[in-house]
This record gives sequence, C-alpha cells and structure tokens, in this order.
Amino acid sequence: MSIKLDVRQVGDVAVVDVAGRIILGEGSSALRDSLRDMVSKGQKKILLNLGEVSYIDSSGIGELVSGFTSVTNNGGQLKLLSLTKRVKDLLQITKLYTVFDVHESEASAVRSFS
Amino acid sequence: MGENSRQVPETVERFLDSTLESVDNAEELAVGAARRAGFDDDDLMRIGMAVRESMVNAVVHGNRYNANKKVRLSVAKSPERFTVRIADEGEGFAYDHIPDPLAPENIMRTSGRGIFLIRSFMDEFQVRRLKPGGTEVTLVKYMVSK
Repeated sequence: MSIKLDVRQVGDVAVVDVAGRIILGEGSSALRDSLRDMVSKGQKKILLNLGEVSYIDSSGIGELVSGFTSVTNNGGQLKLLSLTKRVKDLLQITKLYTVFDVHESEASAVRSFS
Repeated sequence: MGENSRQVPETVERFLDSTLESVDNAEELAVGAARRAGFDDDDLMRIGMAVRESMVNAVVHGNRYNANKKVRLSVAKSPERFTVRIADEGEGFAYDHIPDPLAPENIMRTSGRGIFLIRSFMDEFQVRRLKPGGTEVTLVKYMVSK
C-alpha cells in the first residue's frame, strides 16, 4: 500500500487520516489531490493526521509544504497531528517543524483552530 | 549472521528501467542488503531514503523516464563500508548549484531537498560525471561500531 486517505468532519474541521507512504508518485499525488479538493470546496480548517504515515520522501515533504501554502493562501489553516518519530525527525532536519502547527492530541488540535 | 553473510554476495549489480517501480525495487534491494549487513532500523531508514532519493534523481532528472535508458545500481559491502552506486545515462545534473534548502528564502520551496537528505543520512556522498554521458552517485555508510 502506498497511501490511504480518509476524510472525516469534526465540527468545522476536516480531519484527514493518512496512512502509508507519502512518496513520489501515487502517494504524493493522492495527498495533493485531496488537499486541492478540500480547498476548492472552501474547507478552511484542515488537520492532517499523520499517525499512520510510515515514510515521507522529499516529494512528500514538498506536498506538505505545497498544501500548507495553498490552504494558507486561501485563508485557511492546515495543521499536523500525531507525527511519528521519523516524520518529526525529517521535519526537524529540514527546519520545517516550526513552520507547521503540530499537535499530539486530536481534541486539542481541533480546539486550536480559530 | 555468519550463515546469512556467506549467502550474500559482496557486490550486487542491477540494470533497472527508468521507472518509479525501479525506485521501489532499488530501495528494497539496498535495504535488504543493509539489514543483512547488520544495520539497525534507524540506519536502514536512512539508507533506504538516500537510495530512494538518488534513484528518483536518476530516473526523473537523469534519464527522464526514457525507456531506452537504464539505471545501474550496485550495492557492495566491506568490513568498513556499505556502498551504493547509482548511475544514470542522462545529460548531467548540476549538483553543485542546488540552492540551500535550509536558507530562509528556500524553506517553503516545494522541491530541492533530496540531495540535502542524502547528505544528511549518509557518511559520504560523491558525484561523478560519466563519459560519454550520465551521472554516478556514490553513497557510503560506515559500518564502524556496529
């Protein structure tokens, strides 16, 4: 399995449960398509749950950055939830960890959206 | 480990198609060899990602998915070094002119982190232009204190 994306609504926040590998090809394009779809439908509050993401390559990192920029430019917020140690390490060495608003708990993440 | 070590050749070489499937295959082959060489899970992830990023460069930027061009992959181990070489048949890539992905003006770029990750995860990274054409990268992970 490359990637699996499930979108559920918690209040006015779209929580995207992502599982698998966000890598060049199917994985990163599926994430890109999902985020574009939500942005085009006017979704302003998006929480990416990466708790089941085992692997992200540089293309996947690029999709996270692209998604963040796209959502922000459309007046929305994109936040991250439940990073695995490896994903957290990757975001730290690429200095992106502080760019994203990262949460450990879904409840607090949902509450944090303004 | 002794029995497994005897079953694994010191050097494995493959000529792979210029496809994303080859990227997966190369990663799998290299990680398997690294696992048999005794690397821990964290190093296996680092080696796997470095190989993946290098293969993507070879397939996408080097050979540009050209079905007539191959990517040569070799994996070798010695008591001191685990070495992966990946060579494409492309027109070359200006490795020395890649913007620093950690520079503030580049942090939000959507690409340009592959080489940085390779350098971060491996102990040595070398690039060599091939004649008449192509680029070979050499990735080395030291096997000391394992």
